[in-house]
Amino acid sequence: MRTFLAATALCVAGFAVSAAPTAPVALVDDAVITANGMPKKLSDFGFFKDQAGWQPNKGVELYQLNSPLFTDYAEKYRYIYIPAGKKAVAGGDGVVQFPVGSALIKSFGYEIDGQDRLLETRVLLHRADGWIALPYVWNAEQTEATLKVAGKRIPVSFTDPSGNKRDISYAVPNKNQCKECHSLSGAVVPIGPKMRNLPHDTLDMLLSNAMLEKTAGDHPPIPDYADDGMPLESRARAYLDINCAHCHNREGSASNSGLFLTYEEEALVHLGVGKRPVAAGRGSGGFEFAIAPGEPDQSIMMHRLKSLEPGVAMPEVGRSLVHEEGAALLSEWIAAMEKE
Amino acid sequence: MIRTLLAATALCCTMPALAKTITVEAGADAQERLQEALILAEPGDVVELGTGTFELTDGLSLDVDKVTVRGAGMNKSILNFAGQLGAGEGLLVTSDDVVLRDFAVEDSKGDGIKSKGADRIVYHAVRVEWTGGPKASNGAYGIYPVEASDILVQDSVVRGASDAGIYVGQSKNIIVRRNTAIENVAGIEIENSFDAEVTENLVTENTGGILVFDLPNLPQMGGHNVLVARNAIINNNTDNFAPEGNIVASVPAGTGVMVMANRNVQVVENAMINNGTSNVMVVAYTQKFNDPNYDPTPRDVYIADNVYGRAGFAPDFEGGQQLAAAFGGALPAVFYDGLGKGLIVNDAVPVLNLGLTEVGQSPMEAKPSLHKQKGPGEAAALSPIILPASMEAALK
Repeated sequence: MRTFLAATALCVAGFAVSAAPTAPVALVDDAVITANGMPKKLSDFGFFKDQAGWQPNKGVELYQLNSPLFTDYAEKYRYIYIPAGKKAVAGGDGVVQFPVGSALIKSFGYEIDGQDRLLETRVLLHRADGWIALPYVWNAEQTEATLKVAGKRIPVSFTDPSGNKRDISYAVPNKNQCKECHSLSGAVVPIGPKMRNLPHDTLDMLLSNAMLEKTAGDHPPIPDYADDGMPLESRARAYLDINCAHCHNREGSASNSGLFLTYEEEALVHLGVGKRPVAAGRGSGGFEFAIAPGEPDQSIMMHRLKSLEPGVAMPEVGRSLVHEEGAALLSEWIAAMEKE
Repeated sequence: MIRTLLAATALCCTMPALAKTITVEAGADAQERLQEALILAEPGDVVELGTGTFELTDGLSLDVDKVTVRGAGMNKSILNFAGQLGAGEGLLVTSDDVVLRDFAVEDSKGDGIKSKGADRIVYHAVRVEWTGGPKASNGAYGIYPVEASDILVQDSVVRGASDAGIYVGQSKNIIVRRNTAIENVAGIEIENSFDAEVTENLVTENTGGILVFDLPNLPQMGGHNVLVARNAIINNNTDNFAPEGNIVASVPAGTGVMVMANRNVQVVENAMINNGTSNVMVVAYTQKFNDPNYDPTPRDVYIADNVYGRAGFAPDFEGGQQLAAAFGGALPAVFYDGLGKGLIVNDAVPVLNLGLTEVGQSPMEAKPSLHKQKGPGEAAALSPIILPASMEAALK
């Protein structure tokens, strides 16, 4: 569904642009990706052929994830760029190692008044000294996105997938907040593109374009948490993995919490079962355990997932709405656990 | 020739850019201007806050090493987070060698200032306050360094934290000195940490004054080597206003110092006055846990040379009143659950020993008595905490 929407959006936008006479388009500027500094405009990179940021340039490929992160029901368009003649390599651990000069590009938007509009485009650039994350905010005319290192709040009105009208203060993360999530032992890293989270068509595309090389290992995919044909346990774990585990892992921003929500975590107490809070403060909601088996309404995890209050709400950034579907999934998962 | 060239190149590469001062004034768009300054600062820079109140709309963060954030004074440069829409704290620091000084953080929605993995951090003369006084809806921690080595918190003021005013967690080599912690649930808390000195602080009107804790299921456990010395720990009788579920929610009002599940803790030369449950409690962690690497008992706690005021006149736990009645109306100044080993109390005050023999045992099975010690005990002095010279130098 999501793929279909994205493709449609691309076609529509593409049509609008191709109707106008266009100048020959330059290629992606590799030097801008790898040079020090922070380009002021998204167009400096040349990731898109059109001013409006819908038509990926040569070498920039649209891709999908099995399970996406919830960001206030925004539509997300993900692109991958690998410099010509280079390849990403997937090792035994399923982590995709991108060559220097690669870029991951992600545009966020909503359908507003019947039109697809982009709010922001975040780029992750792989430079010689590591990754850097930068947020670009689109202008009202949708002709350029400008660097906003300090982030920005944008009032947005849209209709969510259930048909509810929503008015939110959409938060474009600042550069540091980008890193809060994209951090492993203090260094910036990509989150989404791990082998187990890439669907078949994306993998096929990357392999057939010679953008990816698989060296070893079999990487069973994690399910799409929205796919209710999959087992509840693995859907819930997929949801936690993609929405929480970028911070809640042993090397992430929430390492001190002792709550580790990666897909691989085996210790129940670190997943939250019977785990008491450490630094939750009023985030505890007066409950004793992150997960009280069989009792979602007594579980801190649910309390924080359903809250919109800063200081209580989890994740701490990138959410100004409750993800009702995600909360329902985790609630069902916890309710199905045997009471202790 | 080549050698010279190489040497010169090496010099160029290591020479820091010329340090500069970036001044940010209060006023319109404070959020964006200040956050941008914190992001664009380079190592060696000073981000200087003007006089006045900065109205912030989101959390702030700093991720550049060797940056000083300096205001005009803890009552002059005020970062106000009452209108905060997002983030888990007011200011977050994730880089090394940072100095925070002479400004205030008020009414943040979550924690006040958190520094995570930020080694060699200095908090000097900062104020973190929830201006409405003690409330369960206040943020958890005021000053909150966690998972770091070399931490200095001094001359700062923290008020209203619904967990701990100054909380140092899962860290090493720590000095907390000359601060004022008032009207928090815990005034100062050292948790799952190694090698800490808590000295010369004024800790008053909290629920519990100074807590030295260790908790299970965390990346760093086995808290030890903590000196609590020359503090004024007075009148810590504020009703516990921590949200349930948090460990400090179980701290009785009227606790002066509480040592839980730690090793090698020395409580010396403090003035502990008018704490209604107990001036010093030495106890085990009593909640159920599943962690083979965790020791819930207190070990080798040394209490000596303190000055004692009134204590134990309003014990805030179940059965406390009856227990106090049995001891003539007030609990003894020192309260020990009987678990662990190596408790030494050299002060000439009565010590209550609950006589528990197993961790997690019901207090109903307690056999309370006065703790007997044959003459003064001895404990080797803890090694003084030495912080890197760069930290003290940064304050000159």
